[in-house]
Amino acid sequence: MSGVESAQPVLRLQNITKRFGSVTANEAVTFDLAKGEVIALLGENGAGKTTLMNILFGQYTADEGTVTVFGNLLPPGNPRAALDAGVGMVHQHFTLAENLTVWENIVLGAQPLHAPRLRAGAAKAKIRALSEEFQLKVDPDAKIGALTVGERQRVEILKALYRDARILILDEPTAVLTPQETDALFATLRTAINLGLSIVFISHKLHEVMAISNRVLVLRHGKLVAERATLDTDRAELSALMVGAETSAPDLAPATPGAALLTLSDLSTPSIGTAPGLRHANLALRAGQITGLAGVSGNGQAALSDLISGLVTPQSGQFEIAGNTVATWSPRNAIGQGIARIPEDRHKTGTIADFDLTENTILETYATQFSKRGWMNWRKAKAHAESLIETYDVRCSGPDSRIRLLSGGNMQKLILGRVLENAPRIILANQPVRGLDIGAVNYVHGRLAAARDAGAAVLLISEDLDEIMRLSDVIHVISDGRLSPEFARGTMQPEQLGVWMAGDGFEGCDHAA
Amino acid sequence: MRLEPIANPSLARRLTLPALAIAATILIASLLAMIAGGNPMAVLGQILVGAFGSKFALLETLNRATPLIFTGLAIAVAFRAKLWNIGAEAQLYAGAVVVAVLGTGALQLPAPALLTIMALAAMMAGAFLLLVPALLKTRLGVDEVVTTLLFNFIFLLFVSYLLEGPLKDPMGMGWPKSARLTPEARLPRIVDGLRLHWGFALALIAAAIVWIIDAKTTLGFEMRAVGQNAEAARFAGIPVTKVILKTALLSGGLAALAGFSEVAGLKGSLTLDLSPGFGYTGIVVAMLALLHPLGVVVAALFVAAIFVGADSMSRAIGVPSYLADIMLATALLCMVLAILLTKFRVRRD
Amino acid sequence: MELFEILTSAAFWAAAIRIASPLIFATMGELICERAGVLNLGIEGIMVAGAFAGWIAVWAGLPLWGGVSVAFLVGVGLGGIHSILSVPFGLSQHVVGIGLTLLATSATFYTYRVMLPEVSTPPKIDAFQPFHIPFLSEIPFFGPALFQQTALTYLAFILVAVVSFTLYRTPLGLAVRAAGESPAAVAAQGLSVTAIRMGAVMVGSGCMAVGGAFLTMSAFDSFFFDMVNGRGWICIALVVFGAWRPGKALFGAILFAAFDALQIRLQQTGIGAVVPYQVFLMMPYILSIIALIVMSRRAEVPAALMVPFNKGER
Repeated sequence: MSGVESAQPVLRLQNITKRFGSVTANEAVTFDLAKGEVIALLGENGAGKTTLMNILFGQYTADEGTVTVFGNLLPPGNPRAALDAGVGMVHQHFTLAENLTVWENIVLGAQPLHAPRLRAGAAKAKIRALSEEFQLKVDPDAKIGALTVGERQRVEILKALYRDARILILDEPTAVLTPQETDALFATLRTAINLGLSIVFISHKLHEVMAISNRVLVLRHGKLVAERATLDTDRAELSALMVGAETSAPDLAPATPGAALLTLSDLSTPSIGTAPGLRHANLALRAGQITGLAGVSGNGQAALSDLISGLVTPQSGQFEIAGNTVATWSPRNAIGQGIARIPEDRHKTGTIADFDLTENTILETYATQFSKRGWMNWRKAKAHAESLIETYDVRCSGPDSRIRLLSGGNMQKLILGRVLENAPRIILANQPVRGLDIGAVNYVHGRLAAARDAGAAVLLISEDLDEIMRLSDVIHVISDGRLSPEFARGTMQPEQLGVWMAGDGFEGCDHAA
Repeated sequence: MRLEPIANPSLARRLTLPALAIAATILIASLLAMIAGGNPMAVLGQILVGAFGSKFALLETLNRATPLIFTGLAIAVAFRAKLWNIGAEAQLYAGAVVVAVLGTGALQLPAPALLTIMALAAMMAGAFLLLVPALLKTRLGVDEVVTTLLFNFIFLLFVSYLLEGPLKDPMGMGWPKSARLTPEARLPRIVDGLRLHWGFALALIAAAIVWIIDAKTTLGFEMRAVGQNAEAARFAGIPVTKVILKTALLSGGLAALAGFSEVAGLKGSLTLDLSPGFGYTGIVVAMLALLHPLGVVVAALFVAAIFVGADSMSRAIGVPSYLADIMLATALLCMVLAILLTKFRVRRD
Repeated sequence: MELFEILTSAAFWAAAIRIASPLIFATMGELICERAGVLNLGIEGIMVAGAFAGWIAVWAGLPLWGGVSVAFLVGVGLGGIHSILSVPFGLSQHVVGIGLTLLATSATFYTYRVMLPEVSTPPKIDAFQPFHIPFLSEIPFFGPALFQQTALTYLAFILVAVVSFTLYRTPLGLAVRAAGESPAAVAAQGLSVTAIRMGAVMVGSGCMAVGGAFLTMSAFDSFFFDMVNGRGWICIALVVFGAWRPGKALFGAILFAAFDALQIRLQQTGIGAVVPYQVFLMMPYILSIIALIVMSRRAEVPAALMVPFNKGER
């Protein structure tokens, strides 16, 4: 890495404070970024990293504090001003229009709206030149919907470069990438640094922070708690700084796997939009075992999750639960078969925002446990909700409060309670800790581990390879709808899994598997 | 600007904002009355007097509210499940046609049996009329707003054909109207001598039943779940398609009861001007009631009062009675905004 | 073959183009709104208001194009009401649209009664007259069918070209399309989703109002209460039929109008003596429903249609 120049800072955040209602997301955050420097902003989920960067980029307005770019004060709440000043942001959740082409997404907003014509030819030429220079290969005429996640991220970066960004903000850019794609991204970032750009790199992954940054800033509960030169620190210290004195991850005892409770043999499902369906998948979920499913998002995880949830019926192949072939299949059947389903999106799929906690608690069981001949038994339902709130430590003002007012962690605890209370045989946990703070993460993982020890077969789907490797007894990799063979715990390195995640390794395996 | 949810809106906020919406409506109506050359106080006063000022006026308001309770319930039920039924007008006429077919001598039965059969058959006709767009929505993904709207035009032309053809009253001297119902097919008056028929009581009962379904049954729970978040409902195992179809049957049936009640209770025969847009006004009623079944009764009385009062005001003062329609549309738009602002705060960013 | 004779006569196609013209204006207006992500169910009421406003302005002494401008501005104003409620406040587009139709319709009728009390038959104006385009109108068949229309009809066709060019060839059009596909992408590029959507709804509503004005200023020369008669709802179906593309929507409008012209003519033939006239009058509405059914599976709906955007949402 090149040396850091010690001139005027290109970016200065001073005393930034932001409150959402009673929650303080950022408190008096101050730091400088020098030309050619990479700052890593480290912190757990909910530490306030994304909020801080959204303030810098003008999508939120800070309650207090200022942002200065190249010596000029940035007007608050104006992304356009940030872009014009040379700040480019690569969002964690891509901001791309799927039905438009790559070049249209990049050019959007770059020309004044009153300009008489879109200069498509010139735009595409510039995009190609930038792709070449920064090793960001992508076809300008492709529709976003047809691109892989890695390619979409390249478009996001190109969007910033196209508008001559001098400062790049990358929010959890590696969360969705394979280890190999991460290496490619780092190569691009190094090129950018050599060309004089500066970078703020947001992450909670320590090894990446150590690999790419010059300086590390640690955020905790919205406050800047530490600043270290990367050369003077190590992962252990950063980990301690990041987490503070909070709960630690559960220790996993060795598994004692039992019979296969759910098996897929040569099973295929239809594709979902641009995401592939399962292709000739083989899978066995065993009692007392956590099966991890690693893979880049959009590679068939949704198809597998929908299948097990009962939303989709197989196109071909064999689907057995506890040795019995499944004939009819629906969410109700899945619930009846003792499958606990923790959906990927707790806001859209897992809960009904304007329903109260009682109603959300009985969403799956109102027909069987809380009603008789079509008449609801609200008294029983409320009592049940109260006991779940107690058992699963859901922080709320009572069973009558609307669930939209709960934090992500408490919402997830309620969902956990809803499905685990019925002593399930099989548990589908799809991204169960996405967006949760460290305390809630450990709580959810602890519950899953306990369910495993009680004899449940657990399928853990996650894009976070660290989470998969930490929790799983066996691992499958999914790529383009295909499932890899089963790998036992500790037999594979991340890079080896990365090869499978990228879709290599399946050769010759298609028929054997 | 940005909207920020308010965790627990204060009672003051929840009362003040809807009151402001009503105040804004009255203010706009006053301005319009002035433009038309009327004294605002006199115009508004005459609307009140015309709606409530005498026994006759009050009964007229209750009679006018009756079909609005039915269509308002129909729309509240459908909108709660996010089934955008804008076709209550057609469903109302479907019910009316059934009454005109069965009640003009085709079915010779004692009054209680005949009325029950007519009401049930009317409900089935209305339910069927909404089932078609509902099936198009669930099976083929065709937006029901446009189909139900277009059904209104189609069905009204069908009624026009019936009244000039098969259902035409031979004694009608060429007017497009059906024959008069037989005495057994008429809904009797609640109190002898007072011009208020049992349709009004039936409407109140219907509102109570819908409220019980809503609050106490699994179907009510399912309909609300589907309306609030169909994806989560489907994931939780609620049979979303079935629930939408059941909702359509209930909604269409309720709207058809408005036609039943108007023909069998009030008019005694079917004409093309049976409904001055009760199906559309039902949308306003349902929205003003915040889609609550018991609120529908109150809202229907309010809306009916404005209509009846405005008619009387127009005769007395000469300001066009379309003022009533403007007041209702304004009240609708102001009210949805007011309700939003009870739940969200506007932040300038 | 009567049908063959009808379909090959220039007069028939001239009528079809005339019938299509108001639909083209309003369909383009709705298309602009929906491309930006807003379903505008106020269309029916806006057309009523536009029909009245253009006509009454001319009756009050403005020149014809002045009347068209007044209609457009009335549409923009009504679109403004819709867009304030539906865009920054994000209220249900269904409810706002239907409320606006009720408001615009009743306000129009009220104004009519206030301005013309005690009138049994509405006054007539000197409406747009057919303008024969030199040379082109001399072409056999195509001349009388296409080039002997009124200026407003030519404007409708020009509008399609302008909308098409703007949407696909200008930065503004790209921003409008992106607002209907992914408002977050628009905001991240420093553009205001609110401004783009509100602008689109207002301009689109203006086009709808001109479509209404065509009825009173070109097709007829006076204003009647049930003049629009569901044409707005039909235009919503035409947008779906046209798969949200101006060219296809134009084709749909002409096809639709041809069927409408055909049913009018068939009423006067032997078939008309047997079949009740109501069946013919139902045809446009039934056709619209069929169009919706046929296109429902294939059309590419703007991904963010009816999805409100609240910046800073967490």
